[in-house]
Amino acid sequence: MSGNIPSQVEEILSTNRRGFLKTAGLLFVGMAAPDAPAADAPGPYPVVDPRKLDSWIVIHQNNTATFYVGKTDPGQGTGTGFRQLMADELDIAFDNTTCIMGSTDITVDQVGSGGSTAMERDSLPMRRVAAEARRVLLEMASARFGIPVDGLAVSEGVITVKADASKHVTYGELIGGQKFNVTLSGANAASVSGKAKTKTIPELKIAGKPMHRDDIPGKVDATTKWAVDVKLPGMVHARNVKPPYACAKLTGIDEASVKGLPGFIKVMNKGNYVAVVCEREEQAVKAARQLKTTWEKPATAPFPSSEDLFRYLRNAKPAAGTTPLQEGLVGNSEAAFANAAKTIEAEYEIPFQGHTAFGPAHATADPSNGQMTIYSNDMKTYGMRRGVATFLGMPQEAVRVVYMQGSQGFGRTAAEDAACEAAWIARELGRPVRMQWMRDEETAWDTKSPAFLVKMRGALDAKGNLAGYTYDALSCDYNHLGYNEPDTTLIAQLMGQRRAKPAAGSAATPSDMYAIPNRRMNGDVVALPAIWETPLRTGNLRDPNGPQAAFASESFIDEIAAALKADPVEFRLRLLEAGTGDDSGFRRARSIAVLKAAAQKYGWDARPSGKPRGAGKILTGRGIAYTFRGQSMVAQIAEVEVNRETGHVWTKRMVCAHDCGFVVNPESLRTSVECGMLHGLSRALHEEVRFNTEKVTSVDWVSHPTLRHADVPESMEIVIVNGDPHPDRPDLPLYGAGEACLKPTMAAVANAIYDATGVRIRRVPFRPERVLAALKAAGV
Amino acid sequence: MSRITLKVNGGAHTVDVDPATPLLYILRNDLNLQGPHFGCGLGQCGACTVIINGAAVRSCILPASAVKGEITTLEGLATNGKLHPLQQAWIDEQAPQCGFCQNGQIMTAKAMLDKNPHPTDAQIRESMNNTLCRCMSYNRIQAAIKRALEKPLGFQPPDTAERVVPLTHGAASGGSRASKKAVVA
Repeated sequence: MSGNIPSQVEEILSTNRRGFLKTAGLLFVGMAAPDAPAADAPGPYPVVDPRKLDSWIVIHQNNTATFYVGKTDPGQGTGTGFRQLMADELDIAFDNTTCIMGSTDITVDQVGSGGSTAMERDSLPMRRVAAEARRVLLEMASARFGIPVDGLAVSEGVITVKADASKHVTYGELIGGQKFNVTLSGANAASVSGKAKTKTIPELKIAGKPMHRDDIPGKVDATTKWAVDVKLPGMVHARNVKPPYACAKLTGIDEASVKGLPGFIKVMNKGNYVAVVCEREEQAVKAARQLKTTWEKPATAPFPSSEDLFRYLRNAKPAAGTTPLQEGLVGNSEAAFANAAKTIEAEYEIPFQGHTAFGPAHATADPSNGQMTIYSNDMKTYGMRRGVATFLGMPQEAVRVVYMQGSQGFGRTAAEDAACEAAWIARELGRPVRMQWMRDEETAWDTKSPAFLVKMRGALDAKGNLAGYTYDALSCDYNHLGYNEPDTTLIAQLMGQRRAKPAAGSAATPSDMYAIPNRRMNGDVVALPAIWETPLRTGNLRDPNGPQAAFASESFIDEIAAALKADPVEFRLRLLEAGTGDDSGFRRARSIAVLKAAAQKYGWDARPSGKPRGAGKILTGRGIAYTFRGQSMVAQIAEVEVNRETGHVWTKRMVCAHDCGFVVNPESLRTSVECGMLHGLSRALHEEVRFNTEKVTSVDWVSHPTLRHADVPESMEIVIVNGDPHPDRPDLPLYGAGEACLKPTMAAVANAIYDATGVRIRRVPFRPERVLAALKAAGV
Repeated sequence: MSRITLKVNGGAHTVDVDPATPLLYILRNDLNLQGPHFGCGLGQCGACTVIINGAAVRSCILPASAVKGEITTLEGLATNGKLHPLQQAWIDEQAPQCGFCQNGQIMTAKAMLDKNPHPTDAQIRESMNNTLCRCMSYNRIQAAIKRALEKPLGFQPPDTAERVVPLTHGAASGGSRASKKAVVA
């Protein structure tokens, strides 16, 4: 590379954008796509055209391939999965491929990651373009040998004449370093297609095999260059100074309080947004702590305290202008209740839970050449590009986001704050700026998973059938952070920007296939008093709102089963098998299958839950919960030990039966499911955002605890159900797998605690003091 | 500002900094190391862990002037280009998800094993308990530590996960009870 890009920048760009191929002990460096701007291009950065085959695939002279995809991989191995699928369609050895993701100037816009859509949806255009590249290469070979395409065979990037094996040519020899110059059909990245057909699932040979993830070696030998590692010539360090109280108004800045500090450059301020900039990082940390500012508290409390939250919600009305979510209306539930022999009611409470990213928000912005380059781990870099451009009033083509590895996504980096902050300061100063949030900022001010209050009712008829069912949820989700909608970022709100209407999030209804003759489900969004500039703003957290709904619905089904003295597995199967309606993914049959698979793997002891309590200090029990996300089915069993003297809950064993259709990489699926289950366990046992009426008081790992090594079950077993092409349903496609696995966990653990103790905990998390109080209240 | 000489991964580096500067910032910003990460700045999470005199130390709360002894970072674990057995075990077990915390996990595990080469499961949990992971890769990490010990593994490796093929074709139309047979891949 050459030009006016300093060597440090070149290194960052090349390390993260060109991928390294380890083949036969040799190290090859892939080349940039012929159509993509060079890494050192000074800008502007036009959108990469998804209708050009060359935007997606480059074949190199050494017969290797580089894939360019518009996705990001926050650590679940999707990048390796894309390589498997594209190598399969292209017919090239997996080891001779590399995949470049997420940088907005060299990859097509496939939105980035989110919603567990990577394999299910966004791998489809990748497969189509790879199949098209194979077709074009076969035609080139056909022309070279003067033999029709059907007289040629292709394997691992080598095309051979079937009738004369001495005649062969590699992809690299055919096109290495040259453009395909093939235009694809389709309007956008999601719909592009060539003339070639993709392979059927059973024809895939690389996809379906367990593969080590390609990003892991660099993460254990410290060679991965992370977004936090970016260093640019002239770069300075910024730290925010957050309001000490939610919704406080800045009344004064005493710049003299930091002016003499070594390395001090400037206090940045607009509206209620304050940051300091220093030459060195530790200087910025110190200056941000030392800067004297004065603030005026809001006239009214921005929110109730976390202790009062559910009392507040019980009296709250749906927020103005929001539409209730009404789903799954069957029969007439009120008539069922009017005729009920017995009615069961329960309320469930799920508090705000934080994303609490392990690495607080960070981004580096470079304003060189009148452009703006952002180095970020944002999951949705393409949205970030638009968001930053809008926020700064720059043309989109002047902004690019270079995607780099970072701390986990889970939705937080789909709505990232630091980039707009770094970019604004960088433009104001005319120097590259590295913004890094501190721990207390991230825990207190990140986006939160909304609190839920769910009221459930069940009507039992005289025969003991569940004849009526209602679900009414209130979701505290009225100030949702939009995906890089700049006026919903914190800096924009602190600067005084206001949308005409808050970006209301959503409530959620349960995901199950239970056949209940009369059913009504309703979810409403409610608002806290403060809507803008609040640390209790919400954002999508891994399967947004699904775990809350599943905690209520799957706890409640367990309560009904217990009331009927029915075995919890048998009762769920009874409800599932009572129905005949289904959908294209035959969810009902697969729901039954995962329940049975989990029970079989666990060695389920069929009996009603709430077993006779032992006399000892440790009470044991097991609980099950089942749900789905999209077309991915999951059933989980938790076995717990409850210490009746301390209230401490240890989940000793977890079993998960998981069906996400065809599995591209069983190894990364298994690890992702395992980690997802533990994420669910962490939310069940530990996580709750605490606040008083002035501010969030959860500010670190003590005040917002998370799962730890000692909490890990002794045994975690995962059954991949229907993971291979089923002999009778080879077309069963790929479904998402990043989120479903944590959805039933809170309910499974609560159901296990009930089985062990006879005490129903309807409030998350099941911290020792809460469990102990419930045990004592019940006389356990 | 004052000049401080640090011995890191076999080399010596002199920097001119405020002596109160946490070691982490010097390792990352002056020595360009990418292993130790900033996670909390409070000594709570372990992302910044380095090994000094055999002990796992949180470099985010250690003033540079207080460092006495040779510092080893994640970059310094491999010898002659060969990964440390823990690093290899991390790859074999596919331990990381995002990987941001794994510096702390690996360095804490190394310090533990250097003191106690044959820890029990309970000792592993106790020694690792203050090193956090928000992707919840704990089970993989514990498996990787046990793999590095060459202890018999109490779980099935990922590529032999049991598969159950549960459905008959008729199930696609819904409602029929699924038959199930276990198939071990």
